[in-house]
Amino acid sequence: MLIVEIQKRLSHFELDVKFSVANEIVVLFGPSGSGKTTILNCIAGISKPAAGIIRLNDTILFENKKVFVPIQKRNIGYVFQDYALFPHMTVWKNIAYGMQNESFVKNLMKELRIEHLRDKYPSEISGGEKQRVAIARAIATEPDALLLDEPFSALDNQTRVKGHEELLRIHKLWRIPIILVTHHLEEAKKLGNRILYLHEGKIRDSEMNANLIQS
Amino acid sequence: MNYSPLILSLKTATIATFIVFVTGVVLARLISRNSFRGKSVIEAIILLPLVLPPTVVGFGLLYIFGKNGFIGRLLLDWFDFQIVFTWYAVVIAAVVVSFPLMYQSASAAFRQYDPNIENAAYTMGASKWRVFWTISFPLAWPGLLAGLVLSFARALGEFGATLMLAGYIPNVTDTIPLAIYFAVESGNLEAAKFWVIIIVALGFSAILWLNWWSKRNMMRHVQK
Ligand SMILES: Nc1ncnc2c1ncn2[C@@H]1O[C@H](COP(=O)(O)OP(=O)(O)OP(=O)(O)O)[C@@H](O)[C@H]1O
Ligand SMILES: [Mg+2]
Repeated sequence: MLIVEIQKRLSHFELDVKFSVANEIVVLFGPSGSGKTTILNCIAGISKPAAGIIRLNDTILFENKKVFVPIQKRNIGYVFQDYALFPHMTVWKNIAYGMQNESFVKNLMKELRIEHLRDKYPSEISGGEKQRVAIARAIATEPDALLLDEPFSALDNQTRVKGHEELLRIHKLWRIPIILVTHHLEEAKKLGNRILYLHEGKIRDSEMNANLIQS
Repeated sequence: MNYSPLILSLKTATIATFIVFVTGVVLARLISRNSFRGKSVIEAIILLPLVLPPTVVGFGLLYIFGKNGFIGRLLLDWFDFQIVFTWYAVVIAAVVVSFPLMYQSASAAFRQYDPNIENAAYTMGASKWRVFWTISFPLAWPGLLAGLVLSFARALGEFGATLMLAGYIPNVTDTIPLAIYFAVESGNLEAAKFWVIIIVALGFSAILWLNWWSKRNMMRHVQK
C-alpha cells in the first residue's frame, strides 16, 4: 500500500494531491505540465515536497520536515520518461546494476524477450527494446512499488500494445503498487484499475473533466 | 645543454595538473548541478584567473604567499619556510592559472548527460560513491580528459604569474617559458630556439593525442 499526500509549489500552480495505491495499477492521467513527473519524483525521493506524507507499506518515506528517506533507501522502481538507461553499459550491466537475485533477473529477461540483447549497448537497440530493458532494470531490484513515466509514449501502436500486455503480466506476477503516467486516455482505461485525472496539480475525480483535459 | 627547464616544467606541470584535476572534478561535481545562493559569485571567483592578466594573478599570489602575506607569514613562523622563489611557487602559480580551465571543462562535462541517469542508479539502491565512480565519472570522462590536457598545457606554458611568484632562479624555478624569455634577453637565440621547439612539440602532441583519443572513444557508445 502506497499512500501519497503532497503539497509543492511549482512554477505556475500549486501541486496538491492525495491518493493511495493498493497492489493495483493506478494511472496518473493529465496534460503536459500538470505535475505528473513531479509527483513520481517526490515518491521516488528525487524531489522534495513542501509538505505532506508519503508512506509505503509500514515505512514513512516522507513526512513534512521530520522524515526524508533518501532515494537509495526507498526501494521503489522507476522507469523514467526517457528511460535514462546507462549509455556506457550493456543491457546486462544495466539490468544487473541493482540486481538482488540473478536467476530472478534471468527469468525476467526471458519474460520480457530481451535475453538476446544482453551484450548490446542502449544506442544499439530499438525504442521498444529500450522500454523493456528499462522496465526489467526497474524490477530487477525487486522493488516494493513501481513508477512508470509514460513508458509507451515513444512507441508505435503495435509495440505499445505489446508493452501493455507485458505490464499487465508483470503486475500479475509481481503484486506491488504501480503508478503509470500517461496522457493517452485509452491506455489509461485499458491498464488502470483506477484513473486519477490530474489538472494543474489537482486531482479531478470525474471523467468529464478528463474529456475536458484532453480536448 | 642544461635540461633542468624541461625536467622542472614537466615536474611542476604534472603535480599542478594532478592537484587541479582532483579539486576541479570534486568542486565541479558539487557545484555545477545544484543551484544555490551565491553560486554565480563562486563561479566568477573560480574563473577570474582566466580573464585577469597573469601579472595580476602573480601579484595576488605574492600578496597571499609573500613574506608578509597571510599564508606566507604562517609558513615562515611555523615552519621557517619561505615558499616564494622555490619550485613550490611554480606549482602554485600553475595551479591557479590552470584551475579555471579544469573547472569549466569538468562542470560542462557533468552537465551534459541526463541527471536521471544518476537518479536511476540511486533508485536501484546505489550509494553516492558508487554512482560517482560507475556513472558520473565515466560519463563525464571525455570532458574531464579534455580539461586535464588543457590544464596541463596551460600549466606548462605559464609565465607571468610564475615570474612574479617564483622569480627566475636557474636550476630552481627556470621553467621552459622563463628559460625562453631569459635566453632571448641575454641574446642566446640558440637556446631559445631549442626550448621553443620543445614546447611547441609538447603542445602539439598533447592536442593530437587528445583528438585521436576522443575520436576513438566517441565511436563506442554514441547515441544513434
Ligand atoms: N523542480 C521544480 N520546481 C518548480 N517547478 C517545477 C519543477 N519541475 C517542474 N516544474 C514545473 O512543474 C510543472 C509540472 O511539471 P512536470 O514535469 O511534473 O509535468 P508533467 O505532467 O510530467 O508533464 P509532461 O507530460 O510534459 O511530462 C511544470 O509547469 C514545470 O515547469
Ligand atoms: Mg513528465
